[in-house]
Amino acid sequence: MRAGAPAFQQVQASNMIHPATRNRQREIELERDILGKNNSMARHNHHHFAARHILAINLVSSPGSGKTSLLERTLTDLKASHQFYVIEGDQQTMNDANRIAATGVTAIQINTGKGCHLDADMIHRALHELDPASHSILFIENVGNLVCPAMFDLGEEARVAIISVTEGDDKPLKYPDMFASSQLCIINKVDLLPYVNFSVEAAKANALRVNPRLEFIEVSATKGDGMSAWYNWLSSRESALNESPRELLQEPIE
Amino acid sequence: MHELSIVMNIVDIAEEEAKRHRARAVSSIELDIGEMAGVEMDALDFAWESSVRNTVLEHAERIVHRIPGRARCLNCSLEYPIQEAFDPCPACGEVLVEHVQGKELKVKSLVLSDD
Repeated sequence: MRAGAPAFQQVQASNMIHPATRNRQREIELERDILGKNNSMARHNHHHFAARHILAINLVSSPGSGKTSLLERTLTDLKASHQFYVIEGDQQTMNDANRIAATGVTAIQINTGKGCHLDADMIHRALHELDPASHSILFIENVGNLVCPAMFDLGEEARVAIISVTEGDDKPLKYPDMFASSQLCIINKVDLLPYVNFSVEAAKANALRVNPRLEFIEVSATKGDGMSAWYNWLSSRESALNESPRELLQEPIE
Repeated sequence: MHELSIVMNIVDIAEEEAKRHRARAVSSIELDIGEMAGVEMDALDFAWESSVRNTVLEHAERIVHRIPGRARCLNCSLEYPIQEAFDPCPACGEVLVEHVQGKELKVKSLVLSDD
């Protein structure tokens, strides 16, 4: 039985008491996706990236897992051979954008205020300001939060989840949505493994239960361990993007 | 608290429909929220209270249909209920599964009123 029906019936009865237009009720069938607006804006962003061969990477993690340190090292190491742009998402402060700008890469800070995630519209507006060049790499550092950003497609080419060995190795089971929607999991701060109770194997097994296709790279963003594997992964995504089919590139851009 | 964004999107949809149909208010709204959609109902209630004030939804009755999770095994095609996104197939143990329901996040219908 439709739960909305009784209210409708009741109002029809009161309509008879007030035969004018009072209490006129109409039921509208919608079946509309609540996140539909975000999803269509994400598609728009995705077409924008695809048409310009821009590799857009959405970096997601808990606060303090080392997203910004990973970016600083990556940009410093690769900026001679690649053109980068960074969109930084935090609730408050310009701190992260300032850290990125110090590497010489153009960064834009989005402060979400009370918001716990970036959404596709914020990225769309940031793109108008940043105007990234064709064949560049755009890193989007999401708000540190393993729950909310999972639901909001930004139109990215790939989503990379970062966990550090100072967190629990059961994190993928506790926050499955984020790991299920990512293509790569970076395990950061591996230089601290001797001092912490974190099993890389257990973390990987837990993440694979949630997402059997997930790839892993172990790094220390501060010491530099494993960074070449991450750079190779970026190169392979770049090549894949440049080989993407023509019809995608002919999508009209508004 | 992405539930706040979710409620704000629901308010936008309701406001848009009310305007389109020249209605003053929404007397009831029906939502489909899958059990695997990542929505905490307590957080949704909390966000609802603060977000619907002074909108067409302020006095609306909210009817929520929770849709239980179901998956189809990509190995043996068995369809089975799931509590967690990564519950393996109970028949063959396969972890590659396709979610068939439980991720819904939809405004199903609205009842518009003129006062």
